[in-house]
Amino acid sequence: MNYRAIRAIYLFEMARTWRTLLQSIVSPVVSTSLYFVVFGAAIGSRITEVEGVSYGTFIVPGLVMLSVLTQSISNASFGIYFPKFAGTIYEILSAPISYLEIVIGYVGAAATKSIILGLIILATAGLFVPLHIQHPVWMLTFLVLTAVTFSLFGFIIGIWADGFEKLQMIPMLVVTPLTFLGGSFYSVNMLPSGWRTLTLFNPVVYLISGFRWSFYEIADVSVGLSLGMTAGFLIACMVIVAWIFRTGYRLKN
Amino acid sequence: MSPIISVSNLSKTYGSGFKALKGINLDIFKGEIFALLGPNGAGKTTLISIICGIANPSEGRVSIGGHDIIADYRAARSMIGLVPQELHTDAFETVWATVSFSRGLFGKPKNPDHIEKVLKDLSLWDKKDSKIITLSGGMKRRVMIAKALSHEPQILFLDEPTAGVDVELRKGMWEVVRTLQAAGVTIILTTHYIEEAEEMADRIGVINKGEIILIEDKATLMQKLGKKQLTLQLQSKLDAVPPALAAYSLELSDDGHAVTYDYDTKGDRTGITSLLNDLRNAGVRISDLDTRQSSLEDIFVSLVRAP
Repeated sequence: MNYRAIRAIYLFEMARTWRTLLQSIVSPVVSTSLYFVVFGAAIGSRITEVEGVSYGTFIVPGLVMLSVLTQSISNASFGIYFPKFAGTIYEILSAPISYLEIVIGYVGAAATKSIILGLIILATAGLFVPLHIQHPVWMLTFLVLTAVTFSLFGFIIGIWADGFEKLQMIPMLVVTPLTFLGGSFYSVNMLPSGWRTLTLFNPVVYLISGFRWSFYEIADVSVGLSLGMTAGFLIACMVIVAWIFRTGYRLKN
Repeated sequence: MSPIISVSNLSKTYGSGFKALKGINLDIFKGEIFALLGPNGAGKTTLISIICGIANPSEGRVSIGGHDIIADYRAARSMIGLVPQELHTDAFETVWATVSFSRGLFGKPKNPDHIEKVLKDLSLWDKKDSKIITLSGGMKRRVMIAKALSHEPQILFLDEPTAGVDVELRKGMWEVVRTLQAAGVTIILTTHYIEEAEEMADRIGVINKGEIILIEDKATLMQKLGKKQLTLQLQSKLDAVPPALAAYSLELSDDGHAVTYDYDTKGDRTGITSLLNDLRNAGVRISDLDTRQSSLEDIFVSLVRAP
């Protein structure tokens, strides 16, 4: 293992975060706070409780997941897309590093960023509503697993994209709708049964459900299933990344 | 002596079906400066890209210091520093950060003293804390050289290193290249400034349409293919070359005070003696003469143009 190379890529990517602090950390925190004001305070005052939890409290895990998902994808996709766009990828490709090391560097940094961000948003949420986390270890497990999985997914998008438009397309057209429809702001059990069945095809439901369970022990689907689905998606992303590097897809001629 | 870079039967066909390289065989030896010349699209950059791991070969093998570039890529790549043709830089990084990053990427432990030396050698030391975006084109080029040298490579690839660099700076880079060679670094450069190859290289390879059409020591090459030109200054003005001298294909200067004669040093007879005799017989008096070796550029153009 070329640990120094992993470290170099990881620190380079983290340096980019600190340099763009406003965009990377502050803006997601601000937008999450707005969600709390709109959904938690304004609308939430009309909704009494969801499965025994106040509405403001209920949406916290979903909001954290919303940010972690979108930020993981955008961090990781931009992280690998930009060197391709600027041409500096030549150095990564010519360096004595394995594909695994490249992925650990980029995906590790992207996941780190979104985990930090998730925790900051959680702390921000604590300012608005009382928080109680029943299973902190599981909460962190879901957080880390989701951040890593979606950073890998973002990495794939970043390699696949050959323009800024494509870079934005999947997050905007696929991930954001799936997240909003994945039970961030409501319990899947609140839906009519036909819609509920349809929702079960949305992978984000499993992430949010499992994550919410670690807070309040309430879940739309069983925790085992949540964990299994997340792990399944993680493995699928790993397989695609392995294929990308084996074939040199969009990286090497 | 075994070569430090050995390319055998290397071919590259792009997805479009374009054959960029056709069975290249090339050995490069430790400590030499090898210049690869060729017109645009000849395959220079493709060849370098494959050797450095940026493109995949379609056929053939390359080994660096005995390490296969695919099976043993770590050992092979860690010996190489690459300065690509295009200015690819991280705009928002500082010079110091980007050069240190390169060293880490190649798995070398931190060594601020070495990086300081590299930056000083390339006259970048006072810019070490500047963001790359604020630098001029020539400085960015030097930053890329600094990145390539940050990990103390034994082989340095310079793909068109002085394109768009002013004369002063170009001379400075040649200086750096010579210092590196003195330190035992093998240097492969591609260039379209032929004077650069002529000035710097020990050996020259010419590539055209994906094939190496010539590899030769620079001195041998100049000698072997060297046409020479004799210029005779005349005592009095000539309006036209006398008909008796037509066989020599002399060229009269515009002011009528000089004639030039091309001859081949390879030939058994250069024709100089008989030309001088015939000139005297024709009553043309000579005040001065000089001879000029044709430049590498002339050689290059004649090679690439040849069918």
